[in-house]
Amino acid sequence: MSDDPVDVLIIGAGAAGAAVAWSLVETRMKIVCLEQGGFMNPMTYPSTGRDWEARTSGDFSISPNTRQLEADYPVNDDASPIKVANFNAVGGSTILYAGQFPRFHPSDFRVRSLDGVADDWPIDFATLEPYYALNDRVMGVAGLQGDPANPPRDSISMPPLPLGKAGQAVVRGLNQLGWHWWPSDVAIATERFDGRERCINLGTCVSGCAQGAKASTDITYWPQAMRGGVELRPHCRVREITVNDDGMATGVIYVNADGQEQALQAHVVIVACNGIGTPRLLLNSKSARFPDGLANSSGLVGKNLMFHPYAAVQGVFDEPLDGYQGPHKGIQSQEFYETDKSRGFVRGYTFEYSRGMGPVATGLTGLAQGRVPWGADHHTSYRKLFKRVTSLVALCEDLPEEHNRVSLDPDLTDSDGIPAPRIEYKLSENSMKMLDHAVARGTEALQCAGATDTFSLSPIGFSGWHLMGTARMGRDPRRSVVNEWGRSHDVKNLFIVDGSIFVTSAAVNPTSTIQALALYVGDQIKNRLANLFD
Amino acid sequence: MQLPHGPRPAPSPYTPRQQQLLRAIADTIVPGSTDYAVPGAGDDRIFADLLIIADAHASALGGLLDRIDQFASEHHRCGFLEVSQDDRLSTAEAFRAAYPNDTTLLETLVIQVYYRDDRVMRSLDMEVRPPFPKGFVVEDGDWALLDPVRARPEFYVKTP
Repeated sequence: MSDDPVDVLIIGAGAAGAAVAWSLVETRMKIVCLEQGGFMNPMTYPSTGRDWEARTSGDFSISPNTRQLEADYPVNDDASPIKVANFNAVGGSTILYAGQFPRFHPSDFRVRSLDGVADDWPIDFATLEPYYALNDRVMGVAGLQGDPANPPRDSISMPPLPLGKAGQAVVRGLNQLGWHWWPSDVAIATERFDGRERCINLGTCVSGCAQGAKASTDITYWPQAMRGGVELRPHCRVREITVNDDGMATGVIYVNADGQEQALQAHVVIVACNGIGTPRLLLNSKSARFPDGLANSSGLVGKNLMFHPYAAVQGVFDEPLDGYQGPHKGIQSQEFYETDKSRGFVRGYTFEYSRGMGPVATGLTGLAQGRVPWGADHHTSYRKLFKRVTSLVALCEDLPEEHNRVSLDPDLTDSDGIPAPRIEYKLSENSMKMLDHAVARGTEALQCAGATDTFSLSPIGFSGWHLMGTARMGRDPRRSVVNEWGRSHDVKNLFIVDGSIFVTSAAVNPTSTIQALALYVGDQIKNRLANLFD
Repeated sequence: MQLPHGPRPAPSPYTPRQQQLLRAIADTIVPGSTDYAVPGAGDDRIFADLLIIADAHASALGGLLDRIDQFASEHHRCGFLEVSQDDRLSTAEAFRAAYPNDTTLLETLVIQVYYRDDRVMRSLDMEVRPPFPKGFVVEDGDWALLDPVRARPEFYVKTP
């Protein structure tokens, strides 16, 4: 069964799909977005119930393999020490992200030129800067101007998140060492913003914000895009992108909300399925013209998978801190961001602070670390940790390596029989050295801050939130999948806008850059409408 | 406290002995404390909550409970429930030491229900409620702590 053809079909309603949909509204084209998940109801988020921590191990787990909701597809990540995290819904992974919203540094676009590794992007920081600013205005960003670790900017919408007791403890340690720190840019409303209420410190950012203070795209871009005429169809899972004999995309075959297979024709197809979902879809879209998967003449679809290897150092303090109250993030240190080869590795990392833990997380962490025993001593030991732990978490830049890849699993499928993705990933020597450095510096900082005890975890296994590199951008069709404005080299009406087009990973959370890129690609499409397929 | 999952609608997938084992082991992991005025995890209300959330894990957890029972028999010539109260902790700990990864699910479920009990939350000076809609207050803090960083020159790498 087929629907009427549309002008633009967007696949995926997450961070990038929402931004590009909003961008294209002004063209007045017929735009449809297909999303395999549904609309979220914030009144059913974990923070509304007494089982709010338990649900992060169930229906609000960051792992699709744990959640196993109808909208989820399995991911075989057995061959990776870092396990994939995502969320499938209108809003995508912005439903569960922490809202940490930093921008790339200028050097992140010139890693090859500066440090002799990875590659340079075909665009630079200056190209994206106006799109960062535009995205910030739509999503609503809180922070503070004047950060010496980042380029200056004209304005930031809202004041930063509160330091709290935990933040003040940590920054006293950083100050003692003379290290950089700054309130991080966060996509969390600290004042009423665009009809959304301000943050009330629920402490459950990473299991959905019932308050609506954290900017997920279901409450930012999508209401505006839909009012502007974009049709968003939830519970529609795309099986493959179809092409004609001329090598142009013609639309998709998808499974609709009733479980029926449908075809939808489109003049332009924009893929926004994240660094795992996008290569999976392209590899599942084989044809006589593209036997190795759609848009894959370079052989690079799925390759150069980049995560951000994470390490965490927890500090235990005698005095009570914030615990579970307040957003998880809010402070970052980029003291070790830029390359300093004397450290023994290239590129660097950002320290984010992680405010504290809830009562259940405190108990489970204490048990796992051997700090909290079984038996009568449980209670005394537990109370030495409850609301007395804060952490520094290092987000390490990952270098692109072709052997780190997404392919199709030979056996595993989703509930519609579509082959699932398989991840093969190894931590590089550069990453291992960086992680060790981060653990040592994080321990040093927390000890200076007054921690009476520290504990480290490196690498963190369940940390595959950032999915990048698997359909990289570049000018050379032999070395990239999309060109410098996001169009496939091979298929002139196919665009990709999510983290899979990243050339390097930087050492910051990717959402701000993903959305800036989506807006940039949207503008490129609008500016080139007359000859878009040339 | 209204249990988060409501009253039990169907018979338990656990045998009567498995239920007793679950209760006894939960109470061994987190016993009651008069010092802190808190019940143990085998308390009636807490155990009722535990039994509900353990429903979904019956095949894994039921097998684990049987293994702990068997382990006790091999070391004490009687099942875990028949082991003296004094020896239950050492028996459970010995099992955990022998099979370190096998008790994670059990610990997780016990801790999840224990630390949402009204009495336990009050003992930790927590308000007995979910985070939303009231939220919490976090102090803004002393922003003068940022002064040393404000004084630094720009140090990001500039590119042409």
